[in-house]
Amino acid sequence: MRRLLPAATLPLAVSALGVTPARAAVGLPQIDFANPLTTSQVVWGALIFAVLYVLLSRGALPKVASVLEERTRTIGADLDAAKAAKQQADTHATEVIRATREAQATAAAEVAQATAAAKAAAEAEAARATAALDAQLAAAEARIHAARAAAMGALREVATDVTSALAGRLIGHAPEAAAVNAAVGAALASRKA
Amino acid sequence: MATTIDVMGQFKLATALGPVGASVNFTNSNLTMVVVCVLILALMHLGMAPRAVIPGRLQAAAEMLYGFVHGMCIDQIGEEGKAFFPFIFTLFSFILFGNLFGLIPYQFTITSHLAITGALALFVVGLATVVGLRIHGMHFFSYFLPKGLPIILAPLIVEVEVISYLSRPVSLSFRLFANMMAGHVVFEVFASFMVVMAASLGILGYVMAVAPFALDVAMTGFELLVAALQAYVFAVLACMYLHDAVHLH
Repeated sequence: MRRLLPAATLPLAVSALGVTPARAAVGLPQIDFANPLTTSQVVWGALIFAVLYVLLSRGALPKVASVLEERTRTIGADLDAAKAAKQQADTHATEVIRATREAQATAAAEVAQATAAAKAAAEAEAARATAALDAQLAAAEARIHAARAAAMGALREVATDVTSALAGRLIGHAPEAAAVNAAVGAALASRKA
Repeated sequence: MATTIDVMGQFKLATALGPVGASVNFTNSNLTMVVVCVLILALMHLGMAPRAVIPGRLQAAAEMLYGFVHGMCIDQIGEEGKAFFPFIFTLFSFILFGNLFGLIPYQFTITSHLAITGALALFVVGLATVVGLRIHGMHFFSYFLPKGLPIILAPLIVEVEVISYLSRPVSLSFRLFANMMAGHVVFEVFASFMVVMAASLGILGYVMAVAPFALDVAMTGFELLVAALQAYVFAVLACMYLHDAVHLH
């Protein structure tokens, strides 16, 4: 059993260098089953392996698993929070856009209203001014008519007086008032025509 | 000057912890296992102590180890793999840390012993068989007769399948054991060359010893890969065997 696998070539190579190996033929300690330690190491090894298995499966491996699980959970929660925040931001952005549009519409309406009011006021003012001017014009025309009529009335009197005076000088005595009057009236009538 | 070289000496078992260890045959291999287990538990507990949402370096390492093995279980076995996750994690971390710890000079490599890798492999295959029988009962044996097989071939194929099933623990244990042992033997052979050259060739020997030293340095990088790869292979095969037991092909 001891020399089941003699490493034959090695001692030869070594002795070629002028070296004496420790033993004539080097046996493998691994298959030295006469040595009780060869089997006892397996018994102790089995025990140690079993203890390692228990310590790993009960202690170390669940610990790693819990850390990995925790990480997955944390990352998932963070992602969810980020998603929620993004959604909120989106809602706010939409809200802002909507409010801006509303404000623009309100402002436009107000501008239109103010323009219309100003236009109406200006029109009213113009109408009022026109009316005032028309009234003044009418009054002035009336005055002119009156003045003209007055002047026309005075003209007959002056013409009668002048005719009377001229005829008196010509004939030497004052003519009859009725004849003068009729002559002046006829002359005025022919002029008017 | 006779230099003695004993490349197998590094695999020798001895009792540890003085007379107390000797009285119960507690070996240096077992002491290393305890150290390895403490390292694994320290990584997991100290690493995860901050429970940070954004992990630091140590926590990231612990989480990556966890995530790697967890992913492997789910990918290879399916949803049922969750039940086997603590076992696969224990198996993978035990072998990985054992392999890596063995690369520290003067440290014992627990996975370089056939008895240890054999026990692990037997346990894995035994577990897969028990799981298969538990889930499928006697129907589990239909695993040895693939579906759609011409009945005439059955006697031959069943034999092949049974032999292949029984050879699983052998290949599983020898792969890890041989890889780890070979690496460490090569380490020591090159290291011995350095000693031999220096002892027998004088100044020239010291200069020439740089070559095996450089090889050992390069080997260390390579062995780091082997250490991680073999731990992965062992764990992935354990997962595949459990997959077969759960799903029957």
